[in-house]
Amino acid sequence: MRSADYMRLAATSLKFNKMRSFLTALGITVGIAAVVLLTSLGGGVQQYMLGQFTQFGAHIIAVNPGKTSTIGLSGAIISNVRPLTLDDAASLEQLNGVLTAVPIVQGNLPVETGNRSRWTMVLGVNHQAPQTWQFKIAQGQFLPDEPAEQARNLSVIGHKIKTELFPDTNPLGKRIRIGQERYRVIGVMEEKGQILGIDLDDAVYIPAHRGMALFNRESLMEVDILYRAGWNEDKLVKAIKKHLIRRHGAEDFTINTQSDMLGTLGSILNILTAVVAGLGSISLVVGGVGIFTIMSIAVNERIREIGLLRALGASRTQVTLMFLLEATFLSGLGGIAGMLTGLGVAWLLHAFIPALPVNVEWNYVLLAEVIAIFTGIIAGLLPARRAAALPPVDALRSE
Amino acid sequence: MIKLRDICRNFQVGDETVHALDQVTLDIAAGDYISVMGPSGSGKSTLLNMLGLLDMPNSGSYLFENKELTKLSEEKRARFRREKIGFIFQSFHLVPRLTAAGNLELPLMLTGMLPAKRRVLVQEALASVGLEDRAHHLPKQLSGGQQQRVAIARAMIMKPPLLLADEPTGNLDTHSGDEIIKTLEVLNQTGITLIVVTHDLELGQRAGRTIQMVDGKVVHDES
Repeated sequence: MRSADYMRLAATSLKFNKMRSFLTALGITVGIAAVVLLTSLGGGVQQYMLGQFTQFGAHIIAVNPGKTSTIGLSGAIISNVRPLTLDDAASLEQLNGVLTAVPIVQGNLPVETGNRSRWTMVLGVNHQAPQTWQFKIAQGQFLPDEPAEQARNLSVIGHKIKTELFPDTNPLGKRIRIGQERYRVIGVMEEKGQILGIDLDDAVYIPAHRGMALFNRESLMEVDILYRAGWNEDKLVKAIKKHLIRRHGAEDFTINTQSDMLGTLGSILNILTAVVAGLGSISLVVGGVGIFTIMSIAVNERIREIGLLRALGASRTQVTLMFLLEATFLSGLGGIAGMLTGLGVAWLLHAFIPALPVNVEWNYVLLAEVIAIFTGIIAGLLPARRAAALPPVDALRSE
Repeated sequence: MIKLRDICRNFQVGDETVHALDQVTLDIAAGDYISVMGPSGSGKSTLLNMLGLLDMPNSGSYLFENKELTKLSEEKRARFRREKIGFIFQSFHLVPRLTAAGNLELPLMLTGMLPAKRRVLVQEALASVGLEDRAHHLPKQLSGGQQQRVAIARAMIMKPPLLLADEPTGNLDTHSGDEIIKTLEVLNQTGITLIVVTHDLELGQRAGRTIQMVDGKVVHDES
C-alpha cells in the first residue's frame, strides 16, 4: 500500500470525527504550547542573564587576592596572603596578549557637594577601565594616565550621581567630597543601567591609589585583565599564574575567567530551562493518554471495519499502520498547532510586555514536536496492534 | 477448482465442543453456482468463512486450484483473499466515511496500485452495477439495494475467480433482492464461481447446485 493512501485514509477518518479529533489533538496542543512557551520564557531569562554578564566584554580575566577554597572565600578576607598591589597590576599589563590591566578597589561612601549628599559606590580604578568594561564617557574625560602614586584627586561620576548631585549644573570642574577628601569632577559616564540589581550609574570613579588610601587598604580587591580577541585564554591564564607566582612566591591568588563564569551560569540556566520544559512535558503525557484512550475507543468502534479490511486482503501490518498513522496524525497536527500557539503567545507576551525576556528555544520546540509524534506512535501502537490481531471472522461478526 | 477434504472446525463453548463443520468433503468446479442452505447453526456461514480463508479448519485439507491453503501463513492468506476471493455480506459492510468510489478503491489501495489506474477501474466497476452517478455519495446517502450493488462492485473489482455471498438479499426488499441476485447471476455467467449462503428457499433453488447442511455435515448435495 502506498504511503499517500495510508495518509489519505487516516485524514478521512480524522475528518469524519472532527470534534473528537479536535479534542484529542487539543491535549497534545496544550502540552506542546506549554513546552514552547515555558522554554521561550526560560530562554529569554537565560539570554537576559548572559547579556547582563557579557556587557562588560567577553575577553576579561579577573585576578583576586587569596586562593579560593572549595567554599569560594577570598583569601583577602582572611588576609593571610600577600596583597595584590598596583605594581602587580602594572606588571600584568606587560604580558603577551594583555591589552589592559585595571586595578580595582571598591567601597561605599557618602559623596557630597554643596548641601547635597549621597551614599554611593566608589571605585578606585585606572585610566583603562572604560576600554576594559566597554563604558563610554558622556561628558569630559575619564581618569588620565598618571603614575599611580602621583595620581591626583580627580573623579568621574556616573549618570545617576550627576542627576542627583548636579541636577541643574554642569558638573565638570566642580568639587565633590568623598570621605574626608575633595575631588575634582573631570567626566561623566554614559548611562549604563543596572546589572542584577546593581546600579552602574550610581558610582564614582577615582584613581586606584587614592581609593586604597581612602579605604585604608593595602591590597587591591581585583585586577581585571582585558586580552586580545582570538588570544588563547588558557595559555594566558597559565602565563598570569606563572608571573604572579614568581612575584609572590606562592599561588596566593585566584584567577577567574569569564568563560568559567559564563559556563557555570549557562549550566544553571540550562538546568532551569530543562526543568521548565519538564513541567511542560507533563501536559504532553496527559495528551498521550488522551490519544491512547481515543484510539482504543476507535478500534472498538471499528472492529467490523477491521474485519472487512482483513476480508478484502489487508495484512496485519497494513491494519496496524492504518491505525498507527491516525494516532501519529493526531499527535503531529496537535503538535504543530501547539507549536504555533506557543510561539504566538510568546510573541504576544513580548509585544505587550517588552521588558519580559522571551527567546524561542528552537531545539526545545523541535524536540517537543518529535516527542509529540513519538507520543502518538506509542499511544497508538497498542490499540493498532490489537486491531490487527483480531481474527477477521470474529471482527466481521462483531456488533 | 476447489477440493475440501474432511474439513473439521470445532469451537469450545464452556465444557462442550461444538462441531461447526464435521468431516465436510466437497468438490467445486470453476463457474459453479452453488447455494448453501440449512437451519441456523448448521455450519453454512462457517463453511463460507472457511472457503474465504477468514477462518481455518482444525483438520482436513483445502485445495484451491491444486494449492493447499491450510498451510499458508497469515500474510499469505491475506494476499490470497485479496487476489482470489470476493465477499458480499448481508449487512453490506461499506466503510461509512468513504464514498462509493472510496469503498471500491479500498481493495485496489491494498495492492499499492497507482491512483490514476484505480480511478479507471472504479469508474468501470461502478458503471457495471449502474451506479456511475453515485460515485461521490456516502453509504448513508444510498438505498440498501444501491449499497449492496456497491459491495458487489467492490467484491469484483479485483476480478476474483470466486465470489462468496452470505445472505446477500437478507437486508433488502424483494425488488432490490431480485436485482442483486440477477447481478450476481450475470457475474456467474461470465465464468465466476458463485457460492451463496441463504435461508431463502426460492433463492436457493435458482442455483445450479444446492448443498444442504445440518449440524456441520453436508446432508444433501444436488445439481
